[in-house]
Amino acid sequence: MKLTVWTYEGPPHVGAMRVATGMQGLHYVLHAPQGDTYADLLFTMIERRDHRPPVTFTTFQARDLGSDTAHLFKSACQEAYDRFQPEAIIVGASCTAELIQDDPGGMAETMGLPVPTIPLELPSYQRKENFGCDETFFQIVRTLARPMERTKQITANLIGPTGLGFRHRDDIQEVTALLSDMGISVNVVAPMTSSPSDIARLGQAHFNVLMYPETAETAARWMERELGLPYTKIVPIGVGATRDFVAEVAELAGVEPYLDDSRLRLPWYSRSVDSTYLTGKRVFLFGDGTHVKAAARIARDEMGFEVVGLGCYNREMAREIRAVAKEFGVTPLITDDYLEVERTIEELEPEMILGTQMERHIGKRLGIPCAVISAPVHVQDFPARYSPQMGIEGANVIFDTWVHPLVMGLEEHLLTMFREDFEFHDGAGASHHGGKAKARVEEPAEEQGTVPHVTPSGEVVWLADAEKELKKIPFFVRGKARRNTETYAAERGVNEISVDTLYEAKAHFAR
Amino acid sequence: MTELPRLPQSGGCRNTPILKERGQREVFCGLTGIIWLHRKMQDAFFLVVGSRTCAHLLQSAAGVMIFAEPRFGTAILEETDLAGLADAQQELDRVVAELLSRRPDIKQLFLVGSCPSEVIKLDLQRASERLSEQHAPHVRVLNFSGSGIETTFTQGEDACLASMVPVLPQSNTRELLLVGALPDVVEEQAVSLLEKMGIGPIRVLPAPRADGEMGIGENTVFALTQPFLGDTHAALERRGARHIAAPFPFGEEGTTAWLRAIADEFGVDEATFNAVTEAPRARARKAIAQASEALRGKSVFLFPDSQLELPLARFLTRECGMEAIEVGAPFIHKGLVGPDMDLLAEGPVISEGQDVDLQLDRCRAARPDLTVCGLGLANPLEAEGLATKWAIELVFTPVHFYEQAGDLAGLFSRPIRRASLLKVEAAE
Repeated sequence: MKLTVWTYEGPPHVGAMRVATGMQGLHYVLHAPQGDTYADLLFTMIERRDHRPPVTFTTFQARDLGSDTAHLFKSACQEAYDRFQPEAIIVGASCTAELIQDDPGGMAETMGLPVPTIPLELPSYQRKENFGCDETFFQIVRTLARPMERTKQITANLIGPTGLGFRHRDDIQEVTALLSDMGISVNVVAPMTSSPSDIARLGQAHFNVLMYPETAETAARWMERELGLPYTKIVPIGVGATRDFVAEVAELAGVEPYLDDSRLRLPWYSRSVDSTYLTGKRVFLFGDGTHVKAAARIARDEMGFEVVGLGCYNREMAREIRAVAKEFGVTPLITDDYLEVERTIEELEPEMILGTQMERHIGKRLGIPCAVISAPVHVQDFPARYSPQMGIEGANVIFDTWVHPLVMGLEEHLLTMFREDFEFHDGAGASHHGGKAKARVEEPAEEQGTVPHVTPSGEVVWLADAEKELKKIPFFVRGKARRNTETYAAERGVNEISVDTLYEAKAHFAR
Repeated sequence: MTELPRLPQSGGCRNTPILKERGQREVFCGLTGIIWLHRKMQDAFFLVVGSRTCAHLLQSAAGVMIFAEPRFGTAILEETDLAGLADAQQELDRVVAELLSRRPDIKQLFLVGSCPSEVIKLDLQRASERLSEQHAPHVRVLNFSGSGIETTFTQGEDACLASMVPVLPQSNTRELLLVGALPDVVEEQAVSLLEKMGIGPIRVLPAPRADGEMGIGENTVFALTQPFLGDTHAALERRGARHIAAPFPFGEEGTTAWLRAIADEFGVDEATFNAVTEAPRARARKAIAQASEALRGKSVFLFPDSQLELPLARFLTRECGMEAIEVGAPFIHKGLVGPDMDLLAEGPVISEGQDVDLQLDRCRAARPDLTVCGLGLANPLEAEGLATKWAIELVFTPVHFYEQAGDLAGLFSRPIRRASLLKVEAAE
């Protein structure tokens, strides 16, 4: 047993629901107890879908337990077919039904429905939501897709987008445009937007664009092996990754690489002088493997941040994240325990967090700015406006999203300049973080420099003068100054920090 | 001010045949009750023994509350726990010890059963007895089931309160017990109205803290503030306490009838009753009249969710001038909602249980002006052009008694007013 409050991922049948809800003409019959229909509201509320998810739950109750549940499953399956007339049906069990061993797959097969019924084995006590997506999509593809003659024109499939995916809706549009600019049209987008008959013609394409490895890598591998469709390994999030992606696609398709970057603003925005203050901002990255990997590269190479830590919650991506961490010289954090993430953030004291909904709240608690880069997300991250993460516009969106939580350069400069001013003193906080300016409270005349203040660690002692001087440093860099000074003192075996130590440390760490 | 209840001319719907349906149910399980119960019981922790699905449900239902160090959590069963049962009990001891060492402020721990723990027959009753001994006297450990196979949404609160009744101390004092978790502000209003009539002492179940609990005995009389408390009702009667049957305190009429039933039990004279209720009744009537303008003559269709449906349909038809088409409830306990059914005029289909697709067919055919339903159905029905009121809000918002009567009507009129305000069509 594991004590849990927050979970980054739902159970695997929620992943199967994401695939089914993204698709059309497919129905999911889920053997599950009454109550599991709660997952419907993720789609109707968070993603604001205007239709019910195409999922029939058997909703068995205690009185049904025993042989009755098998009958219940069969009648639910038949009724779902009669009512919705889907092109194909997927069947499976939720965590509770897994325990009562009714074998939905076997039962559905014996019913002889006139459409393909695809059984799903989703081990609820070992695996999670992303696995559920990946496995479900794989089973659907394996059952329905067949080798076919290639289209005359060069076409690609976009695979990976699902219901409840972070910015999947707009990423599809952006990637379609990237390919279109190279003269490549899209054969099928799957699972999102496709029907079982579309899945059947996946084999017509010349190659696959694997948009999200978490949700479609197994299917991509299978199609490479069985249908001879190579797939892209680079996810086009960020300017560099988009350029590399274009080169990779050009090679797969045998066309000239072409990228219309006339609307690309991230590089100039990032070079403009107002962005100078972003240099070396210490950021911590957490989320799903794909988005973290992409964000790390953007953070370092395109924003000029210093990546002080990174990790992911989906262990399927652990190996790749370890490789990225090695490249960045940081310790990877592979965990689905948000308390561990919180502890790591507290230790690293980053100036910014790029993470999920959970990290946003951790950031709020610790007073660290945060931008959301990955699922799980809440309703505000399924925006009405166009906001992809991928491609050219995605880079623009990312620049804005990441910079907004930080105090803008000019604003920061002014705050520093007027820090003795009654309105811009430390206690007032940043102008756009809510709350109103509080007038400065004059401190009583302090005791002079001989009385030591003990730091929480108890190892190095700040003299009152030094402590006072430290307070003159703007609040947003004070944590760094304190840490640097203590490191400097500790390294030299100095156990009392005076004003001199403070400035010696400052000189030492000057960049 | 004491006009006789305006009984429906046709007679109530208590004896209307109930449409009983079975099929796919679009409802929450009882675990959801934890979300409001833990706010009410300040020194209690709710530990669900279940799967990742249970944790995911609580997270989805709790929304932002999950970030506020909530006093609930899930012990997620893992593969190894399913292999052998003895092991699962040891694991549970370990998790509880870990939890209680981190949260020394906890005085009551509820082990909450879920579908997986019920199906593998994990004996939480025995576990709670054992753990109670281990952690006595500091912590009392109780257990109840909030599983979907046994409970629907608000029945989780019922199961929780019912689990507390047998361990309440014995008492022979004549006391009034109000049963049901209400928002603090509402609870204070109710207690204050009754005290002004000279009724007392008054206790409330659940009490905000474990040490504030009441005694139970043959001289206890109790009134329910929520209609979904069937098991708690039975458990209290087993302890010898006596139920005061009454319509539930929604709206001016419901509140007055509820108060009157208690006043009669305690021999409060007419003059006192009127003196105490006159001003708040007038306020409530005025507020309802204003807030329900948009509701008059409109039709309403209620999907099953919380068991509040029958009392609310009574309020909407009698005090807001609506016409009910169908009133669905997950479970109908006539001993509890009978007085409300007496007041609800014959006419609407009364349904118990659900086959959601068939019920949606009926709803679409009727094209009601307002549909009360869960969040899984609300947006899809809106997209079909039906105005909806999502039902969960009725459990989280203060809606009982006089001062909230206008707000209650407002909850239903807002979606209708909004539908007429918006002048923009969705793109096709």
